[in-house]
Amino acid sequence: MLETAPRIVSLTGMMKSFGAVQALAEVDLAVGIGECLGLVGHNGAGKSTLINALAGTLRPDGGEILVNGAAQNTDYNVRRAHGLGIRCVFQELSLCPNLSVAENTRVFHKRLRGLGWRRRAADLIQRKLDEIFPGHGISPHAIVGDLPIGQRQMVEIARAFTVTDDPLRLVILDEPTSSLDAVAGKQLLTFVRKIVAEGGSCLLTSHLLGDVLDYCDRIVVMKDGSVVAARPAAEFDRASLVAAMGNVVSEARIAAHERTVRQRGATPVVVRAKPASQTDQGELIAHKGEIIGLAGLAGHGQTRLLLRIYEAASRKSADASITGPVALIAGDRQNDGVFQLWSIARNLTIRSIRALLKSLLINNHAETDLAARWRERIKIKTPSVDNNILSLSGGNQQKVLFARALGSDAQIVLMDDPMRGVDVGTKLEVYDLIRAEAESGRTFVWYTTEIEELAHCDHVYVMRDGRIIADLARAALTEEKILQASFQDKTGREGLAA
Amino acid sequence: MIAVMTANLSDPRWLRRLLPAASLAIVLIAIFAINQRAASYFGLSLMLQYAVPIALATIAQMFILTVNDLDLSIGAFVGLAACIAGTWLATEPAFCILLLVLCIAAYAAIGALIQLRNLPSIVVTLGMSFVWLGLAVILMPTPGGIVPDWLKALMSWKPPLIPFPILATLIIALVAHLLLMESSIGAVLRGAGGNPRAVDQAGWSLLKIRMSMYALAGFFSVLSGLALVGLTTSPDAHIADRYTLLSIAGVILGGGEFVGGRVSPVGAVIGAVTLTLTGSFLIFMRISPDWQIGAQGGILIAVLALRALIKLKEAR
Repeated sequence: MLETAPRIVSLTGMMKSFGAVQALAEVDLAVGIGECLGLVGHNGAGKSTLINALAGTLRPDGGEILVNGAAQNTDYNVRRAHGLGIRCVFQELSLCPNLSVAENTRVFHKRLRGLGWRRRAADLIQRKLDEIFPGHGISPHAIVGDLPIGQRQMVEIARAFTVTDDPLRLVILDEPTSSLDAVAGKQLLTFVRKIVAEGGSCLLTSHLLGDVLDYCDRIVVMKDGSVVAARPAAEFDRASLVAAMGNVVSEARIAAHERTVRQRGATPVVVRAKPASQTDQGELIAHKGEIIGLAGLAGHGQTRLLLRIYEAASRKSADASITGPVALIAGDRQNDGVFQLWSIARNLTIRSIRALLKSLLINNHAETDLAARWRERIKIKTPSVDNNILSLSGGNQQKVLFARALGSDAQIVLMDDPMRGVDVGTKLEVYDLIRAEAESGRTFVWYTTEIEELAHCDHVYVMRDGRIIADLARAALTEEKILQASFQDKTGREGLAA
Repeated sequence: MIAVMTANLSDPRWLRRLLPAASLAIVLIAIFAINQRAASYFGLSLMLQYAVPIALATIAQMFILTVNDLDLSIGAFVGLAACIAGTWLATEPAFCILLLVLCIAAYAAIGALIQLRNLPSIVVTLGMSFVWLGLAVILMPTPGGIVPDWLKALMSWKPPLIPFPILATLIIALVAHLLLMESSIGAVLRGAGGNPRAVDQAGWSLLKIRMSMYALAGFFSVLSGLALVGLTTSPDAHIADRYTLLSIAGVILGGGEFVGGRVSPVGAVIGAVTLTLTGSFLIFMRISPDWQIGAQGGILIAVLALRALIKLKEAR
């Protein structure tokens, strides 16, 4: 897009932080009229934050939003965006599952009221579905919750393109093809080109790089909350796009690991697990004292695999077996990790409660001792371990969760992306702790969405669509390989032809 | 044509929809089998007379359940409405109606409080139940009061062919169905239970939605209180204590769910009628009415177990 070309939206200097994590660092983005813009980047690159700021669902900390040349002030929100003709199809569905397709259309359009509203809503959505996805087979009177995920996604997309009184200028499609099959995905992208040719605009994110390369006019690449590349799509190919998204793990760090490399298989196997949707022979194997990384895009079955391993402790299963006690460190701290009403000490010792029993009661002395010991060891910043857990910062709360697992008898520690929203200082401390514990014989299975963290692992499994699709020894581990495995080609070809 | 029908019947969704009506039919058939005389105009009028206030309270509870809340004060509130009506409706009707309207406004205000402060509805309504009960006891420490003749006449009206309780419950079901299931605003109200964030983002005010639902619940509870006064002619503060749990059971029996905005007004009324009939069923079986609550619980468990089975089938 030329600098002078007319723009539908233009964002300048967008900033947003979540606690210590900077999600957007002064990002500029513009979408031209009649342009399809592709936005790509790995997990945590800031794509979603930027899209949410544009759609009005998230208020940025700073920056300016211009829609159709008019500056928007702080009361810019999703309703205002809708009125200005900006529609967004989010990854998490925004349909009401208890309503029919037509009723969901009604919720979206205030104009659809009065006698015969149901018929008009049904007609509206039916026509749009027919236009975008010919042969979709969805009845406008079907209850959305009863539809399979792919059809729900079609309804969601078609609804975003329906028009009553508000104009339609820009549609933001966030991973729209993630739950569509290849045919429907193709139908949608063809429709997008038609809309763009008619003067509409589109902002598309997708982890299917082929879609972005083939259907977008221009591609913006984000990394670590900044735009690192913005060029016409024709100037990218698959390799240069992957290269632009990634960052090279520092040579020094790799060198440090090479020095400590150990012979795999010298120690006994302690974890063996196969994902539920794995159809071939691929399985996860962890030897005693290893740090195993689980990589891939977020939500591709990594957490489910961890839970499968965790369940193997209490239930025999053909697909997962472990030897030794296991502990899980949750990534979603507030929901799965801390007991919000409890003290730091209680939160820290809950996993070890059996070891702290004196006859049938909890030995308070032993409990306080254990908590105090770990407070020293990992430097939890608090005046007293009897304070409430919520008096700690997020990073320190996460330290308590690490201490909960490491202070217990667990020999196998499962980590569900535990560094989400943790500051850099804490991260470095915890990395050292994990290394030290692994050397003393503990085994770690570590799901992480941050590629840099994989450099700490002895062996990495990459997951996609609930299956292990790559198995990388540390010597062979490069970021490019992980990205290639994570981003699939539409044709099913595994990444770049090497 | 036949192929279409069999396809529909083997569809678990249809089974789930038919379940409330089927359970009512089973209870009715059981009653008629024991006592043929119950299957008459007079028998049905007698057995079902309390179905009217219970159905109204159940519809009130259904509005609350639609937005994923639970009202534990409906029984006490119906009692208060009955006491207010028993005290003033005959002597000072205008003042009485003003008081009842204020009660409905108070209900809307509770909805606003729950929405704005993001409070658990169970806690707020449990607290309010003591307020309503306290007010009712202050107003009417002992059973008594004067009931206007027109209300008594309405509740004991004998229309030709169809007994009044059946006619009344049909009308209640129809009104609630049109309001919540057929109107365009009803779709938005139910959507607020299914995916509140989506409804908010589509530009609707969740505050107004919740206030409307609570006001509707208050309105139907007041009607329930009036119906009860017309039937008993001597209200007291504890007259409707059982209605709180009965109304929840009615909605659930009728195919409603606690979360997700999945409710059915017609089903809820059927559920209320079924629960009302269990009392008569026990009397015909010569079992002490003390067992009534236990029997209602038994029916509820049986129906929920069946529904769980259907769900299992759906999942497969």
